Amino acid sequence: MITRIHAITMPRWGMTMTEGQVVKWLVEVGDTVAPGQEILEIETEKIANVLESSAAGVLRKKLIAEQATAGVGSLLGVAADHEVSDGEIEEFIAGFQVRHTAAGAVEAEAPAARTVTVPGGHINVMTLGEGSSIPAVPAVLIHGFGGDLNSWLFTQAELAGGRVVHALDLPAHGGSSMPSAPMSLESLAITVRQALESLGTVRAHFVAHSLGGVIALLLARDTPALVASLSLISPAGLGSEINGQYIEEFLSAQRRPQMSKSLSALFADPSLVRREMVDDVLRFMRGDGVPAALRSLAGDAFPGGRQRLVLREVIASAAAPVQIIWGEEDAIIPSTHSKDLAARAAVRLLPNVGHMAHLEKAGLVNEWLAQAMMAADSSEKR
Amino acid sequence: MAKKTFRQALNEALHLEMRRDDNVIVIGEDITGGKGASGEEDAWGGAFGVTKGLLKEFGADRVLDTPITESAFVGAAAGAAMTGLRPVVELMFVDFLGVCFDQIFNQAAKFRYMFGGKAVTPLVLRASFGAGSGSASQHSQSLYPLFAHIPGLKVVIPSNAYDAKGLLIQAIRDNDPVVFLENKIMYDDVGEVPDGSYTIPFGEANFLREGGDVTVIALGRMVQRANEAAANLARQGIECTVLDPRTLSPLDADSILASVEETGRAVIVDESYPRCGAAADIASLIAEQAFGALKAPILKVTPPHCPVPYAPELENAFLPSVARVEAAVKQAFEFRR
Repeated sequence: MITRIHAITMPRWGMTMTEGQVVKWLVEVGDTVAPGQEILEIETEKIANVLESSAAGVLRKKLIAEQATAGVGSLLGVAADHEVSDGEIEEFIAGFQVRHTAAGAVEAEAPAARTVTVPGGHINVMTLGEGSSIPAVPAVLIHGFGGDLNSWLFTQAELAGGRVVHALDLPAHGGSSMPSAPMSLESLAITVRQALESLGTVRAHFVAHSLGGVIALLLARDTPALVASLSLISPAGLGSEINGQYIEEFLSAQRRPQMSKSLSALFADPSLVRREMVDDVLRFMRGDGVPAALRSLAGDAFPGGRQRLVLREVIASAAAPVQIIWGEEDAIIPSTHSKDLAARAAVRLLPNVGHMAHLEKAGLVNEWLAQAMMAADSSEKR
Repeated sequence: MAKKTFRQALNEALHLEMRRDDNVIVIGEDITGGKGASGEEDAWGGAFGVTKGLLKEFGADRVLDTPITESAFVGAAAGAAMTGLRPVVELMFVDFLGVCFDQIFNQAAKFRYMFGGKAVTPLVLRASFGAGSGSASQHSQSLYPLFAHIPGLKVVIPSNAYDAKGLLIQAIRDNDPVVFLENKIMYDDVGEVPDGSYTIPFGEANFLREGGDVTVIALGRMVQRANEAAANLARQGIECTVLDPRTLSPLDADSILASVEETGRAVIVDESYPRCGAAADIASLIAEQAFGALKAPILKVTPPHCPVPYAPELENAFLPSVARVEAAVKQAFEFRR
């Protein structure tokens, strides 16, 4: 489906966001915008970020002034080709406002996470895109070590247009319960599978980051029928090197300055680490039993500062299409692990990006993720 | 995450710690309801409802309702702490601690030091503080500087529900006497509070916002007012860092100094009396250790040096207002650009 007119709307970055403030327009009316191009600086209570264009076209109209605040989902601007007439643009805007107002009450309500029961505990899940009319294969997002589903704040809503997207918290992470037994990579893969069974998901596109990557590889190896496609961002499981010093610093950071220093290693541009992000991670790490559980998981996954599982052969043997996305400046897991993989894997390297491509270059990464899923969907139909 | 009141957050912390450790006991007046009156058991849960439900779950052996004798039960709790229990004492109003200063200042605070570290005193003294409820001079003071003055005591002043729970759990697990003060106006304040146990270390300030122009340091309920003033000032182009030390002793001097080194301006907002008070102490720290960075005098926004008035108009005027905070920040900002 080709839409000639594209709505630029206030994104929802994270569960608690209800509105955002436009700090600055980075493009002018009449400028051509390309997918991934930075078009707006937006600030929320939690985070400041640039909104990248998801569409190609010409910025035809700005509907919000700098410094003004708008609710999530509100129309901020319109992009379209030159051939589209001003009248059509106005009609689109009027139609959008009507649709937005009608859906307003639902739209404004922040999506809430829920828990699903798995043997020995519960898993926290946030689901977006439910009620979509197109019966597409759902997507499952798996975060990395010490993270949680909020690390998909720039990703999940973008992927949820036209498909159900579940973001999970791994055991001992985010809102999921502590595991009853010590965790291993294999036990995490089993728990993810059990959580998906509880959700009634029999087949899904897996988008996984870092430690989540090796879990997705285990699922692709052991339960291939579950995996429609694999998109791995800076994944573990493709080589033995890992920054053991980072893991140790992260686990032993008790106070804000140490945690801030530790987290800055994740990003090519350390200024992206905002105090709120540090506070959120510290809050998580101060939960009873959390540091011990994570230390035990690190001991299983990265004993002696090396990755225990290297599953490069899964890339070659998996039935599902594979995409690997990696920041060239990744200081946690070297992007060289993406070299010499089976040719069937699409490898996308990002210059000036660190370990967090989905946060550092969200627009482009989202585009790649959406494309890979759509391609896998259509090849399945054939 | 679930929204809970400040009161619920404290109540959860007590429940969780009493479940985790059988040595945790609570002691205080009316904490189980009306002792001795039939049908009144656990009727209210202390003067402010914080201990509600504890009696039912943990029984009268661990939830001890006392007569009105602070000197006796604080002394008993200090002794119990030395012998291995972890008592949490509720004292209704911080104003009443005067009758048990010897037990606190000269006994509990000194044990670790005088027994060469062989005795520890894991004691928590909880009390309400603060003006604004029309409770008059004897029930409205903010006396935490008295306790911060004494070596051996830790002094905690939570400013929101999330911090209240994590700091109280930390206080109960701490091996030293902790004076834990709750602003009585804030018991119904709502915030996001996780269900599980978590701790917040003492001596770590919380940053509510960051700005490069002026550092505003505030404690307890004044944190909200400082933050509101900062939001108003941001619309006028003055960007503040708002910093809540969370504990007055130990004090996160590093965060305060680092921020003032950046902004060169400091405004301290505090509800305790101005003379020898919390604001004066923090001001002296900045003057001594960040003098070279200062572009303006350190300003204090505090009540006047007088008892808390009862008349609502006067009580209102007594407390630092958002407008006074804004005026002080502007004064500091405009002193020298």
